[in-house]
Amino acid sequence: MNNNDKLIIGGHEFNSRFILGSGKYSLSLIEAAVRDAGAEIITLAVRRANTKERENILDYIPKGVTLLPNTSGARNAEEAVRIARLARELGCGDFVKIEVMRDSKYLLPDNRETIRATEILAKEGFIVMPYMYPDLNAARDLVNAGAATVMPLASPIGSNKGLATKEFIQILIDEIDLPIIVDAGIGRPSQACEAMEMGAAAVMANTALATAGDIPMMAAAFRQAIEAGRKAYLSGLGRVLTRGASASDPLTGFLRD
Amino acid sequence: MENQFFIDSEYLSTEALAKKHRLETDPSSRRNHMEYMPGMEQIESDVCANVMEHMNSYDYTKYSVNDVKAALEHETCTIEDLKALLSPAAEPLLEEMAQRARLETSKHFGNTVYLFTPLYIANYCENYCVYCGFNCYNHIKRMKLDKDQIEKEMKIIADSGMEEILILTGESRSKSDVSYIGEACKLARKYFRMVGLEIYPVNTDEYKYLHDCGADYVTVFQETYDSDKYEKLHLLGHKRVWPYRFDAQERALRGGMRGVAFSALLGLSDFRKDALASALHVYFLQRKYPYAEMSLSCPRLRPIINNDKINPLDVHEKQLCQILCAYRIFLPFVGITVSSRESAAFRNGIVRIAATKVSAGVSTGIGDHESKYSGKESDGTEGDEQFEIADNRSLDKMYKDIASEGLQPVLNDYLYV
Repeated sequence: MNNNDKLIIGGHEFNSRFILGSGKYSLSLIEAAVRDAGAEIITLAVRRANTKERENILDYIPKGVTLLPNTSGARNAEEAVRIARLARELGCGDFVKIEVMRDSKYLLPDNRETIRATEILAKEGFIVMPYMYPDLNAARDLVNAGAATVMPLASPIGSNKGLATKEFIQILIDEIDLPIIVDAGIGRPSQACEAMEMGAAAVMANTALATAGDIPMMAAAFRQAIEAGRKAYLSGLGRVLTRGASASDPLTGFLRD
Repeated sequence: MENQFFIDSEYLSTEALAKKHRLETDPSSRRNHMEYMPGMEQIESDVCANVMEHMNSYDYTKYSVNDVKAALEHETCTIEDLKALLSPAAEPLLEEMAQRARLETSKHFGNTVYLFTPLYIANYCENYCVYCGFNCYNHIKRMKLDKDQIEKEMKIIADSGMEEILILTGESRSKSDVSYIGEACKLARKYFRMVGLEIYPVNTDEYKYLHDCGADYVTVFQETYDSDKYEKLHLLGHKRVWPYRFDAQERALRGGMRGVAFSALLGLSDFRKDALASALHVYFLQRKYPYAEMSLSCPRLRPIINNDKINPLDVHEKQLCQILCAYRIFLPFVGITVSSRESAAFRNGIVRIAATKVSAGVSTGIGDHESKYSGKESDGTEGDEQFEIADNRSLDKMYKDIASEGLQPVLNDYLYV
């Protein structure tokens, strides 16, 4: 693959386009998962890192990997801002993934509150990566609020249902100039591959790995699928014939001048 | 077979005994359990009516194995499916239910299991609940910890590594008032990341005060959702008022608490109806307060001091497992707590299927953590226990046992914001 094909977020360059979640499987597997995924960014919940001594998840994340703390547990913009600031105090760096949920059942993001939090945190110098419901107007507001990427959900978090919002994610890819990172609901490597073929800049997965029989092996499978999808996108996908073969005699063959 | 709850203590005066017997035998001597007492806040809510409508019309004998199979095939579990899953017809399909429950648990919680411990700070009680070790007619050593004693207990627990605490009291407003509990919450915030409460139900403004003191989760067990049966078991005191108790979680949420927990005490009444009502209590309240975190417990009756014959009757481990699987399939997103009332073997098994939270290092007595944790000789100034526990594993042991099941123990996943 072209070595110049970098994922750039907030001025930082990454070679890997696979962002790994950390919260749903054994701490002892994180290192192997990161290695086999080839991941350079790993997310973690600030609330989970808000622990005392025994087995802090932070201690299990390999050196050199960029931490992406998330604000899960925030129910409004103010809470997200407070959690993001705490992440900075804990030494998690300037990246932050905004998650604001006002629904404990589906954990669907609240776009309005997410936009508000993005605006505040971007002004404070955070590299803001907001998790959102794929709505074009909200995505434009996030751009104007200073987001570094936009992270639309593919389907409900943890559902492993794949690209249920495919059409709307495609619109974001087509219309938004920031990297579009598909987050939540990606259940299998083939779905991650499809998202990358569409032109997504990266894919994030957590539950898909956590529910796999062999977590590091599934991490490797995702890595390959994401790389394959990226190559396909860069190479320019061929035409897909939707209905039978095309006619050998052109319909417009009668035109004379 | 019914439990024999009534035990007379030789320490009671003639008058007290006479009153106790009258309460036990003469329903007209008991106050109306559906009527609020002065000072009890009454809120407008349709949750109770919704739950009762389903519970009262629930005929679990009408469900067949095919209804259960259909429920398991549905991607979204409806209320009707839940009713099938809780019916006797589901018992032969328990393994299939467990498989589905495990899948739902892993989708929502991965392989994490949360750990917490309860801290009883007082065991005074003004109620006569016939099955409870703390009831006001039971002769036990009563105690209320002062601030220094509470802090000492908290230090010992925090030193063991625990980060989440559940503060409990007996139900006595006069002996353990709201400000006393509030002070305990403030102390707990110093030593723990997460503070929950399991105390007598209070009004919205009192929940708000306790939230400001540092508590964010409130547990209230309804004991039984069958109000007629409730009346026969809770003979005296403010706890007798069934509807005030029912609305406690809603008041707690209105008071600003992040989460609330629910349960019936299985074995008191028809457990299938109580399990249905518990799940629907969560379901309807979640629709009304979608941001709230909800969790369910599943306590079964246990022996108490002075009555070792109390038992959970027809709720055997198989039935308990069925209930928990049904809860998980119907409410995949809720936390499920299994307490030390259950054996180590049951808890090891159920965390692989449906439970997401277990207690460890448990004492249901008052002020006895030093003797229990360090093996140091007790100085005899401890308050008696609410019930006998079945699993006395320490935090260390529990942590290792969970990890050896291939699961990830988690001590904290919470922030007070």
